[in-house]
Amino acid sequence: MLELVIFSTLNGLLYGMLLFLLASGLTLIFSMMGVLNFAHASFYMLGAYFGFQISRYVGYWPGLILAPLLVGVIGALVERYGLRVVHKHGHVAELLFTFGLAFMIEELVQMVWGKVPVDYRIPQLLNFSAFTLFDTTYPAFRMFMLLMSVATFIGLLLLLTRTRVGLIIRAALSHPNMVGSLGHNVPLVFMLVFGAGCGLAALAGVIAGPALITQPAMAASLGPILFVVVVVGGLGSLGGAFVASLLIGLIQTFAVALNVSLADVVAPLGLTLTRDSIGGDLWMATVAQVAPIIPYLLLVLVLIFRPHGLMGNRET
Amino acid sequence: MSGAIRDESLAPAATGEPRSTTSRIASSRWRFAPWIGGAVALLLLPYVFRSGASITMMSLMGFAIIFALSYNMLLGQTGMLSFGHAVYYGLGGFITAHALNVVAAGKLPVPLLLMPLIGGLAGLSFALVFGWVSTKRAGTAFAMISLGIGELVAASSLILRGFFGGEGGISANRTATLKVFGLNFGPQIQVYYLIAAWCLLCIAAMYAFTRTPLGRMCNAVRENPERAEFVGYSTQMVRFIAFCTSGFFAGVAGGLAAIHYEIVTASMVGAVPSGFVLLMAYIGGVAFFIGPIIGAILMTALQISLSDYTGAWLLYVGLMFVLVVMYAPGGLAGILLMQLSVLRSGRLMALLPAYALAAVPTAMLLAGTVMLIETSHHLLVKSAEGPAMRLFGVSYDATSPLAWLAIAALLGLGFLAFRRTWPLAANAWHQASAEAQRRRSP
Repeated sequence: MLELVIFSTLNGLLYGMLLFLLASGLTLIFSMMGVLNFAHASFYMLGAYFGFQISRYVGYWPGLILAPLLVGVIGALVERYGLRVVHKHGHVAELLFTFGLAFMIEELVQMVWGKVPVDYRIPQLLNFSAFTLFDTTYPAFRMFMLLMSVATFIGLLLLLTRTRVGLIIRAALSHPNMVGSLGHNVPLVFMLVFGAGCGLAALAGVIAGPALITQPAMAASLGPILFVVVVVGGLGSLGGAFVASLLIGLIQTFAVALNVSLADVVAPLGLTLTRDSIGGDLWMATVAQVAPIIPYLLLVLVLIFRPHGLMGNRET
Repeated sequence: MSGAIRDESLAPAATGEPRSTTSRIASSRWRFAPWIGGAVALLLLPYVFRSGASITMMSLMGFAIIFALSYNMLLGQTGMLSFGHAVYYGLGGFITAHALNVVAAGKLPVPLLLMPLIGGLAGLSFALVFGWVSTKRAGTAFAMISLGIGELVAASSLILRGFFGGEGGISANRTATLKVFGLNFGPQIQVYYLIAAWCLLCIAAMYAFTRTPLGRMCNAVRENPERAEFVGYSTQMVRFIAFCTSGFFAGVAGGLAAIHYEIVTASMVGAVPSGFVLLMAYIGGVAFFIGPIIGAILMTALQISLSDYTGAWLLYVGLMFVLVVMYAPGGLAGILLMQLSVLRSGRLMALLPAYALAAVPTAMLLAGTVMLIETSHHLLVKSAEGPAMRLFGVSYDATSPLAWLAIAALLGLGFLAFRRTWPLAANAWHQASAEAQRRRSP
């Protein structure tokens, strides 16, 4: 049991921190421009694929730097020549634009790299087990993933709160016109923040790509969870996104490890439920089986009791 | 240019402008003309397009139109962007399939003619449940919630295997239902007429909805929710009612789909149809009632015919969508209606030279894009077949530098010429439409 708790906590933290790498960029972009970037998970996928392609020529490590930079530049170009054109048509049009972009990126990735997963390997340097606990080994690459995401988180935090750049970004979040009047190039700030957000997503892709599976469906499967995170945390709240990322990361990891169904829970009470009783499959499904829907159930529950998310303010 | 389109798209779609008395009398006489025309067209179409494939395609278009229009009730009329509309379409389909099986077992005497109603009621009931949660928020949050609920239902299909039928789905037999008027609905042509009748009925009902005070309130909630609240309406309630009505029609479409295919699988509630209905409605034009109809017809035709020609057809669809979002928010209907207003004033002829001039670089750009996509697709996906390929009736080597030079030239020159000629066409249109406006209101 303790073993399960320790490993699930580690994995949950890891998954949560990865989610936050994506959610932080998404939240920053949202609170700055009012655009929820539907293609954010697609940039994560692009990061993984670019990292894979680079790793085939020069190994894993250059990809860790180059792929996010490349995707960041693509993101900045998308903002400059796509979103800015759509901006005058309103927020719905912007969201639709990023939706179309996500659609196209998935098709392009399928065209270039095929529909089957690519063989993105863990670098040789980290291909050993970090520690052994209760006869279970924990891969070093996972520790690396955890460290990288925590380091990025701390770096982002310091950048936003301790530097002049962060000051301008935070000011542009709430008072873009005032910042513009003070002589700062706000559209440039927007473009850079969008690019940096996409770069962060790509970094998460390079980190997660070798451990999870790098395939064309990875954006479509992570995207909805990401949006659950930002809505549950409260749209536009960075702290909320952090809490919600960890919460969903931990819940999902623990749920996968639990092999209990509702029928098992009520069995000690003297009730016997089988597949044939009313409700059928519902009683027999184990927690591990329902794990994929738990984030969405959480979303519905949060909306019923706190319509503006855990830390969202009423305006957004 | 795009500013003009924006104005056009803002012009309320189904809501009429103030008219003079004479035109009102004339309009009351001609009010039913499009409907009668539509009914006659639906009746005669199978005699024009006789092949089995085209009758099947028209059946598909029939429920795609209902689905797209029901979607537009949310996006176009109430301003709610949903990424999970297939939930109500798919669940309507599943309930209809289950109902068909119950009827086939002889437990429930319902004729097939009324089966789509069961799908509609199913869509309505699920919309009541999910809509209560999701319409608490508007705007971006609503979009994300609809996506979450879509994923919730799609993921549930893996757990509730009894209801969703697992991998194989639920099959049904439409011929085993209660027979009315001696119709057994075995032949596709009978199913076509069933779908056509429901399609016309639903179009009329949804059009009527846009004319009710509630339909107008939906528009008010879309345009300015704050003001709508101050007038005394609960925007949440208006959104909720619109959502449920839309869920009902999506369910009808799903029921018709179940009758047509005689099998319903879990993919019907998934993200793919949810995204596709958004593409259909938006490419057609969400600001106009007729937009989603055009979009549904076009996209269904593309889905069936284009996928035969190219493996990259979804890329074209995505590209078309992004271009519409960026440069023509009124959609195809918007573009068509822009020409119609000029045509009415008899000035279209004067526009043709400018249009012809702009058409050349547009065609170059199109040809260049198609060639780029097809050549790369051939090299990347069909590399096993060797570099020889055929496009536009021309055979060439996909790896030859000449082919890539041609692509670069088409795209580069086309782009430069496009930027020169397009403002001319746009200016010509602006002049013509300003002229038309002046004549209408001297």
